[in-house]
Amino acid sequence: MNTRSMKGWLYLIPAIAFLGVFVVYPLFDVIVYSFEEGYNSASQTFFGTGIYNYQYVLRDPYFIQALKNTFILVIVTVPLSTLLALLISVGLSSISKLQELYQTIFFLPYVTNTLAVGLVFMILFQKTPYTDGFVNQIIHFFGGSTVDFIDGPYWAKMTVMCIYTIWVVLPFKILILTSALASVNPDYYKAAKVDGTSSWRIFYRITLPMISPMIFYLVITGFIGAFKAYGDVVAIFGTNLNAAGMNTIVGYVYDMLYGNGGGYPSYASAAALVLFAIVLTITCINLLIQRRSVQTS
Amino acid sequence: MKIVLEHISKRYPNRDKKVGGVFTAVDDFDLTIPDGKLIGLLGPSGCGKSTTLNMICGLEAPTEGKIWFGDTDVTNLTPELRGVGMVFQSYALYPHMTVRQNIMFPLENLKGPDKLSKDEMLRRVEEAARLVQIDELLDRKPNEMSGGQQQRVAIARALVKTPKVLLLDEPLSNLDARLRLTTREEIRRIQRETGITTIFVTHDQEEAMSICDEIVVMERGIIRQVGKPQYVYDEPDNLFVSKFLGTPPINVFEGRIERESLFIGTQEVLDVPGALDGPVSVGVRPEGFVPEPDGPLVCKLIAVERMGRDTSVVASHDAHDGVQMRAIVSSDARIDTKSDTVRFRIRPEKTRIFDAETGERIHFFGETMEEPAEVMAREARANAKPVAPQTGADA
Repeated sequence: MNTRSMKGWLYLIPAIAFLGVFVVYPLFDVIVYSFEEGYNSASQTFFGTGIYNYQYVLRDPYFIQALKNTFILVIVTVPLSTLLALLISVGLSSISKLQELYQTIFFLPYVTNTLAVGLVFMILFQKTPYTDGFVNQIIHFFGGSTVDFIDGPYWAKMTVMCIYTIWVVLPFKILILTSALASVNPDYYKAAKVDGTSSWRIFYRITLPMISPMIFYLVITGFIGAFKAYGDVVAIFGTNLNAAGMNTIVGYVYDMLYGNGGGYPSYASAAALVLFAIVLTITCINLLIQRRSVQTS
Repeated sequence: MKIVLEHISKRYPNRDKKVGGVFTAVDDFDLTIPDGKLIGLLGPSGCGKSTTLNMICGLEAPTEGKIWFGDTDVTNLTPELRGVGMVFQSYALYPHMTVRQNIMFPLENLKGPDKLSKDEMLRRVEEAARLVQIDELLDRKPNEMSGGQQQRVAIARALVKTPKVLLLDEPLSNLDARLRLTTREEIRRIQRETGITTIFVTHDQEEAMSICDEIVVMERGIIRQVGKPQYVYDEPDNLFVSKFLGTPPINVFEGRIERESLFIGTQEVLDVPGALDGPVSVGVRPEGFVPEPDGPLVCKLIAVERMGRDTSVVASHDAHDGVQMRAIVSSDARIDTKSDTVRFRIRPEKTRIFDAETGERIHFFGETMEEPAEVMAREARANAKPVAPQTGADA
């Protein structure tokens, strides 16, 4: 090894040490735990190795419920929030007056605390024997029958969860898309205008392809973010998510580690690796699609 | 298509209240452009030439005035109804489309009775591509092409709808020096072949002088002079035009006229019969200096650069408005390079005198090789220039 590459390695030591201790080792350890049966973190003992943890987790009705919840959340919120963000960004870019004010207003939720927002959503959507939330008052006003969105039927809870998630992720997407729209060279629009292109065609044939790398970035990070949902769910439905039937995969992992029935690091590790596999697969599929359809300039 | 710009002005609201909250980009622009000519809008950046082009195109509406294409008032028409093609400085080729798709894009927008069949579109694309000689490159993406090729694609896209008017906004500024020469000849050739009235915006006087039938020199939104390139170069109406045209630029001295004699500093350099007494700016083209041992203009010699055909003499003079002046003399001229000074005679036909305050041209007899009677006749002709300021829409 020559001096030059020695020097290079020397400079890399801090980063490698840090990443090794806090990223690579834990990752490796999780894989090890997931194959150790009945691992006890207090006594550091286990009585066998194998795929039992995976079998347990995949048969656990709570995990299946969490998996189902997470998938619904991902499939509903990612496309909807991206589409909504695109509509709002295009709207924002086309107005000239007070554009900055509106951009700030749309960005405000991003800097608001998740738990506080969750509390507000709970109050808006709840229904108790004493009082109806704002949403139920509206339903009542229009002659509908009121529903308890926080502690009622599954579909109602899921609706609140989806609305909440979309609302929380929207500001960042709007921010990214408005700046992507602003970075398109105005000469393209001028050229299209000289040729008498309709505004829909300009959007479909010019704007959309130009900002497609950013849209794909948002879809990929949106998928990953939605698969990792946990804090938002807690903010609305509290910590006993299994009882509410609203648990997510990350929530299941957390419960296995620290929840009421906690103390099962092996199950938690297995569940975490299942999530890892899912996210990896979906991201790879996304990247494949991106490579085929997104135009690089 | 003959184009008449009838006293058009463009004003923008300006946050700077000092200038009355209004910025005038183009001020009372009055011009008739004859059919089938190549016209150059020339001026320093910010002089309003691009704004003028955008108004002709229909991307911007004039605040005042009217625009006529032939007998049609197009002032309030959108670009596609005017039948214009435009080439942008950045070319604005859509990066995600192939060259073929780029050129076809304007055709796909046609609706109603103008709608073309797919085959017809492809045929028209091929035709436009052949005209600009890129028919081999139709399946490439713009980023796989050189700047000059991209430029041709942009021209083909502008021409594919067979517009009545072709507009080019700084078409050569993104090209390197060598490509610029060939591309400007190419633009000239395409213009001649198609016979389309073409308006071409540039800040490079050499570009405009070399290919345009007529040039329009602009300064701060105002037309300073219109005419054939060589005529504008030889007979500038004002100091601005004389300084803007020509490389190396004209040498400007402070001077004064006393009893029909022109003084630069204390040196009496030229007889100027017919000119009134007073302070003046004297512009002498680099080729207007003739080195003579007893010439009346005495300058400090800085350097002599021999460049084959010509010799360039770099010198300085106290009355000169720049740091150094440059004279281009014949290579046979004998100049004593060891001397501190160099003396010149100045040629009246290469010397132009302007009012020191207004910068307007002051004429004198003998400023051309022609007889005074011929000067009168030329003046009369100049007032009836082919591209003359227009007062009415007699289209």
